Amino acid sequence: MSGILEFVKGCVRQVLSGGRAYKAWMAFLLVMIGVGVVSYTHQATAGLIASNMRDDVSWAFYIGNFTFLVGVAAAAVLLVIPAYVYQWKPIKEVVVLGELLAISALVMALLFILVDMGRPDRFLHIAPLLGTPNWPASMLTWDALVLNTYLGLNLVLVLYLLFKTYRGEHYDKRIFLPLVLLSIPVSISTHTVTAFLYNGMAARPYWNASILAPRFIASAFCSGPAVMIILFQLLRKAFKFDIKDEAIWKIAELMSYAMFLNLFLLGAELFKEYYSATEHLLYTQYLWGGIGEHTVLVKYAWLSLACSVIAFLLFLVPRTRKNFLTLNIGCVLIWAGVYIEKGMGLIIPGFTPSTLGQIYEYTPTRMEWGVAGGVFGIGFLTFTILVKIAVPILVGTFRAPERAHGHAPAAGYPVP
Amino acid sequence: MTPNKSLPVVTDADAPPASPRDGVDPIGDGPLDPARRAFLRTAAAGTAVAALASCSSGVDMEDFLRKHFKELSPDELKKVLAKVEKRNQERFGKKTTVSAKGPQPGVEYGYGLDISRCVGCRRCVYACVKENNQSRTEPQIHWIQVLEMDKEHGVDLAHADLYYEADAVPRPGKFYFPVQCQQCRNPPCVKACPTQATWKEQDGIVVIDYDWCIGCRCCMSACPYGARHFNWATPNLPAEELNPDQHYLGNRPRPKGVVEKCTFCIQRVREGRYTACVEVCPVGARKFGNLLDPESEIRKVMETKRVFVFKEELATHPQFYYFYAT
Repeated sequence: MSGILEFVKGCVRQVLSGGRAYKAWMAFLLVMIGVGVVSYTHQATAGLIASNMRDDVSWAFYIGNFTFLVGVAAAAVLLVIPAYVYQWKPIKEVVVLGELLAISALVMALLFILVDMGRPDRFLHIAPLLGTPNWPASMLTWDALVLNTYLGLNLVLVLYLLFKTYRGEHYDKRIFLPLVLLSIPVSISTHTVTAFLYNGMAARPYWNASILAPRFIASAFCSGPAVMIILFQLLRKAFKFDIKDEAIWKIAELMSYAMFLNLFLLGAELFKEYYSATEHLLYTQYLWGGIGEHTVLVKYAWLSLACSVIAFLLFLVPRTRKNFLTLNIGCVLIWAGVYIEKGMGLIIPGFTPSTLGQIYEYTPTRMEWGVAGGVFGIGFLTFTILVKIAVPILVGTFRAPERAHGHAPAAGYPVP
Repeated sequence: MTPNKSLPVVTDADAPPASPRDGVDPIGDGPLDPARRAFLRTAAAGTAVAALASCSSGVDMEDFLRKHFKELSPDELKKVLAKVEKRNQERFGKKTTVSAKGPQPGVEYGYGLDISRCVGCRRCVYACVKENNQSRTEPQIHWIQVLEMDKEHGVDLAHADLYYEADAVPRPGKFYFPVQCQQCRNPPCVKACPTQATWKEQDGIVVIDYDWCIGCRCCMSACPYGARHFNWATPNLPAEELNPDQHYLGNRPRPKGVVEKCTFCIQRVREGRYTACVEVCPVGARKFGNLLDPESEIRKVMETKRVFVFKEELATHPQFYYFYAT
């Protein structure tokens, strides 16, 4: 046990030490969290009326962010599969970072659910044993189940792996591999169940399409890795952490397939709506062309499409995929494309027009932005802290004291 | 309006039972017995409450640890009802009675709405607000919503106006289509609720336990009739307008952050009365009664008129029927 205490102390030391840029970044995150706390206090006092949500659009920006972040978390599987199923070494060296990103994304996703709840003090009512979860009928209970399972799995995997590496020991394959393999279907099911949450509602024709879950997975496999590619380059600079170009290019290549699928599925859906042109077309029309003078979402829809198409072309051509400038531009564009699509293009058209045909035009209030900023602050802080501990362990500069002078293990990911 | 001969009238002979909530199936089909669940909840809640209570001043320990409505024993339910009455007294300075009267055997409520008669006066909307203690202003909550539609388009939501303003109704070329909870037999809201805070009672009324609702609004997304309404802020309800005759699952004042809905005036109909909207309708467009009673007004409507249900393609099977009497 003393080993664990020593490890925790070491972790705290790692997190507290850092250069000026690191401290500035941490200060910035704390300011963001502060803004979030102030905004949330306002919301908790006034009620959700402080947001622009109303009965007609009863889920909006928070739930859009939640959906996007579940996608980011699910995307870790794009690294886990090549690393553990195909034993591809360049990715195996960085897979743990993907898992750390998944943990942070899940923390943010769960927080977005919490800030969206009218009575967060009653969260236990959904818990198994303690509350009365409406399981298996309610999709939200499934969502809570898979999201928490995935979070727990990733936490156990990452902590176990890092602790073992810190001790200079190899992980036990018999424990580690089954959990890794389990994390693959769980990861896919997180985003699938989130899609089913919307998909299962006959009252909302815009969501009630069986293509929704595949579209979610395809877009997740674009947006999550886009975040990772940028982070890998930053970490490579900041920590002298050897992340091979091949790993990044392989991820970019996988992304180009995912983006093709994403755009194809979008096209399939648009065709179905516009060609058949039933009353269901209204929702799609509201997003892409507006209804009458109600055109709030139109600019988001086309901006999102433009981002996605340009990014797809940049990722498709090997020369631009392997050029870090165009690769990074592509990553930012794909991130923006999916974020806008999930944030404004998925939830709000689902509610507009309302079930009784009324149009309420929603845009987030400043308070909603503040709360969202706070949640992102907490998520980035979580990721920063995890990375600050993980990377020194992975590169071998942070080791158990009794091991530090012994055989220095090779840098990088331990291979049994 | 004729006396409600079709409605079940509760007389003394029907004898108030020992339990304040008779005629209900014993609940407890979960794998965990309520006592054990309550114990677990108490144990786990200790830490959670300490953290939450400090940041959310509105949290009451007793409320927090309360069981699901269906798990309450008769004694516990009595205490809970007394607490609601006490809270009403404190908040509104008014004595109220809060009942938890259960469904009566042999009763399944049905509602009929005559489209050819409705003139769109919205008296029902405001009678409902008054009867059911809805929030009056900022925000205004209406359980009944009246849509103005064009005769040339028929029942077409794309051409429906909920917020019509008219000096006189009905307006030429228009007809009116009131919508409220359709008390579906296959309610999507009940399916979607993650905490079983909403359910369908044996007499067909879909209810919400406001003290169990977590405010996730899944039910609102799932409802095809826009019949569920969220308390975005603390309801604005003037003390002098409070209706003191309340039902725990119906018109008792709601807290902020939970969902509410039409309950067919549960506090009235279970006492054998008509709903407020039926009573107030100046043209007699609204009919209400026991679907299981062959002599009831609603059964007569269904047998003799052209009846349809709203959004039948969604297979929600409403207990609310629209019809054309003329």
